This record gives sequence, C-alpha cells and structure tokens, in this order.
Amino acid sequence: MNWLWSNLDLVGELMLVHLALSVPAIILSFVISVPIGWLAHRYRWSRGVLLSICGLLYAIPSLALFIALPAFTGLSLRSPVNLVIALTLYGIAVIVRTSADAFDSVERDIRQSATAVGYSATGRFWGVELPLAGPVLLSGLRVVIVSTVSLATVGAVIGVQSLGSLFTDGFQRGIQVEIITGIVATIVLALGLDALSVMLGRLLMPWTRRGASNGRAAAARRVREETA
Amino acid sequence: MNLFLDAFAWLADPANWTGPGSIPQRIAEHLWVSGVVLVIASAIALPIGALVGHSGRGREPAVMISGGLRALPTLGVLTLFGIWIGIGLAAPVISLVILAIPPLLAGAYAGFESVDRRTIDAARAMGMRELQVVGKVELPLGMPIVVGGIRSATLQIIATATLAAYIADEGLGRFIFTGLKTRDYGEMLGGSILVILLALVIDGCFALTQRVVVPAGVRATRTAELRSRPTRPRTVVGRPNTEGNQE
Repeated sequence: MNWLWSNLDLVGELMLVHLALSVPAIILSFVISVPIGWLAHRYRWSRGVLLSICGLLYAIPSLALFIALPAFTGLSLRSPVNLVIALTLYGIAVIVRTSADAFDSVERDIRQSATAVGYSATGRFWGVELPLAGPVLLSGLRVVIVSTVSLATVGAVIGVQSLGSLFTDGFQRGIQVEIITGIVATIVLALGLDALSVMLGRLLMPWTRRGASNGRAAAARRVREETA
Repeated sequence: MNLFLDAFAWLADPANWTGPGSIPQRIAEHLWVSGVVLVIASAIALPIGALVGHSGRGREPAVMISGGLRALPTLGVLTLFGIWIGIGLAAPVISLVILAIPPLLAGAYAGFESVDRRTIDAARAMGMRELQVVGKVELPLGMPIVVGGIRSATLQIIATATLAAYIADEGLGRFIFTGLKTRDYGEMLGGSILVILLALVIDGCFALTQRVVVPAGVRATRTAELRSRPTRPRTVVGRPNTEGNQE
C-alpha cells in the first residue's frame, strides 16, 4: 500500500491524461456514428454495407490497429492522436449498429403522424426521430464509454501514457499494488463517465424518467444486454 | 507507403518462415492458445448461460457479471496474472479465460431467452420432457445468438492473445513487441497485418456458421421479420385502442 500513498499524484495525473484520451474519442465516435446509423436505418441497401464495414472494423484486434494506423495517417506511433483515432474507430463500429437500431425503434405511426402535422423531413429528424431514438442511442453510448476507457489502457504498451502505464510499469518492476490501482482507477473512471452520461440523458430526455415500459425503453434495455 | 513496403519485405523474407519463432509457428501458437482458451471458457460459461436463459433464474447476476467484467482492462488482468503466476502460458490462458466468459455467457442466455415462450409451451404441450425442450427447441432456435456470443468471444480472445505476448513468449503478438523493442516498423506492421488477417478470416468463418445454424423452418419465415415491427399493434378502426395488457 505504501506505493499508492506515495504515488497518489501520479495516479491522479494519469487519470486526467486518460480522460483526455478517451473523452474526445467517445464524443467523436458518437457524433460521427449517429448520421451513419441514420443512413443505415433509412436506406435498406446501405444497411448491410455499413453494418458489415463496422463489423469488420470491430473484428480488428486493437494492438494491431494501433500499430497499423500510423502507416495510413503518417503520425508517430507514440502520438496520442493516433490512439484517439483508433479508439474513435472502435467506438464508431459499436454505435453505428445501435444507432441504426435506435432509429428503427421509432414507430412508423409516429413518423407518419409527425409528417401529417406538418413536420419537414429535417424538422422531423431533429424534433421527433432523434429525441425518440435517444434512449437507445444512450444505451449504445454507455457501452462505448466503458469499452473505450478500458481499451485506452492498451496504448501503454506502444508508449502512449495513460492509466495503462501503471500496468506496464507495475509489471516491469513487479509492483502488484500498482497494477491493482490501475485496474481500480480504470473501472472507477469508466463507471464515473457512465453515471455522468446517464445523468445527462435524464436531463435531456425528461420523458424517460417516469420509467414507462414502452417499446423504446425495452429496446434500449435489449441493446444494453445484448452488447454486454 | 514505404512503411507497407517494409512490412511486405518482412513478410516475404524466407528467413521469417522457417525455424523457431517463425511466422507459421507463431500462427500455430496463436491458434492453439486461442482454441484452448475458447474450449475452457465455453465449458464454464455456456452451460451456466443456458441454465439462466432456460430457467430465467439468476438473470440479474448473469447480466451484472457479463456487463461488469467488460469494464475490466485486459492489459491490467494480463499483467496482474503475469506477476502472480510468472513466465509461461498459464498466466495468459487464465486471463484470457476470464475475459472470454462475459460474451459467451451473454450469448448463451440471450439465445435461450430469445425463444418465444409460446413455442416452449407448445413443445411442453406436445409432451416433450425438459431436456428435450432444451435440446430440440431452445438450442436450435437460439443457436444463431449463441454462435454470435462465441464469435465475439473468439475475436476478443484473438485480440487479447496478441496483447498477451507482452507477458509470455507466445503468438503473433511477439512480432509486434520484438519490432517495438528493436524499432523495426516493418516487423511490427507485418505482425499486425497477420493478426488482422487471422481475425478477419475467423470472423468470416463465424459469420458463415451463424447463417448455417439457422433452422430451416425459421429461415423460411425470415423475410417477414426484416423490417422492424411496431411494438404496439396499429389501432383498428371500430375497436377501442387497447393500450397495455394485450396478450
């Protein structure tokens, strides 16, 4: 335990570094995948293609992607940007499928009613489809938050600082407490961000608070469990 | 593109294809370790998942375990067992088994749960015994989802087995770590290309398997299910809209 008390500063600092790696990747992948997911939902022909690409992307082992990516981007292997891009790609691979499901979960009756009361296609997207797809989108985002925070630690083996550095350093110097601290800190960070996203969801989607057991809530639950 | 030339030069070098630590040997190691881990993890997780999905009991803990273990950083688990157990294959195998259990468990209980309760009731009404219900109804119908779980577990194992080369002399990841140490980008990238190809080929095999295991009867009615159904039946004119308890 001595190690922990004398290195609290280091752990705190690495947590911040870790946040700086994972939060941009999480936000980027969410912002990029929602329109792609909508495309996959809207046009049947694009669905198979887009979801297969995401499936392939998801199949690529992370370490191999971290190494291969600089060959395309020209960035240095140790550059944090390289890691953020790789994490974003993985995030996209996960959320695109969920966001296609999210838009599917909006009932056809509702879309037709919205059109009937005079919504334009764009207005309907922002005012009706996106908010109603929200709960399922949030469930996808939560999966990505947890997996991104956990995956970011792998960057440590190629020399990108993060909480994962506690694993590599602890392993090389044989300090068990250091590794356990790293695991706990990573999980705490993941759960913290997860809780934050749930709170944000409640704030932005007040209608989900009543815990109504409607189709979308059930779909959100299903996505969470399937991807778990 | 020079980097890719380096990688292809490394891949094409005959010296890398023979002797100890050669490419074929590393591929064999990678597949062997992944296979052993998959068998052990399946033996643990699939029966438990099937039991949970069949009985509906213990669902909450199963969801919590399969969801909670996700947050575990793989590198942390690997290095921790690496310190505890030391050099050798035991540490990576144990960590890989732990990390492979969540997707297998989730696939198994989701697969068994996905079977329509009415189909199971019908099977019972026809006089099937409990084991027959499991073996002849739930397993075949849930198979695509169970295989889906095995698929994601296998990909997870292959990816983590690459990382496991950090703590043990095993698998294709060795090329990546050797390359990192000697700053030989060609070797690193060559190793990565091999890992990616291996993962994609195996993923493709599973995608095919997932199609093949769909029972013929289900496949025949598939087309109707492609569009998502409304969760609430449309209101029929002349009948009151029955919200809530419909079944």
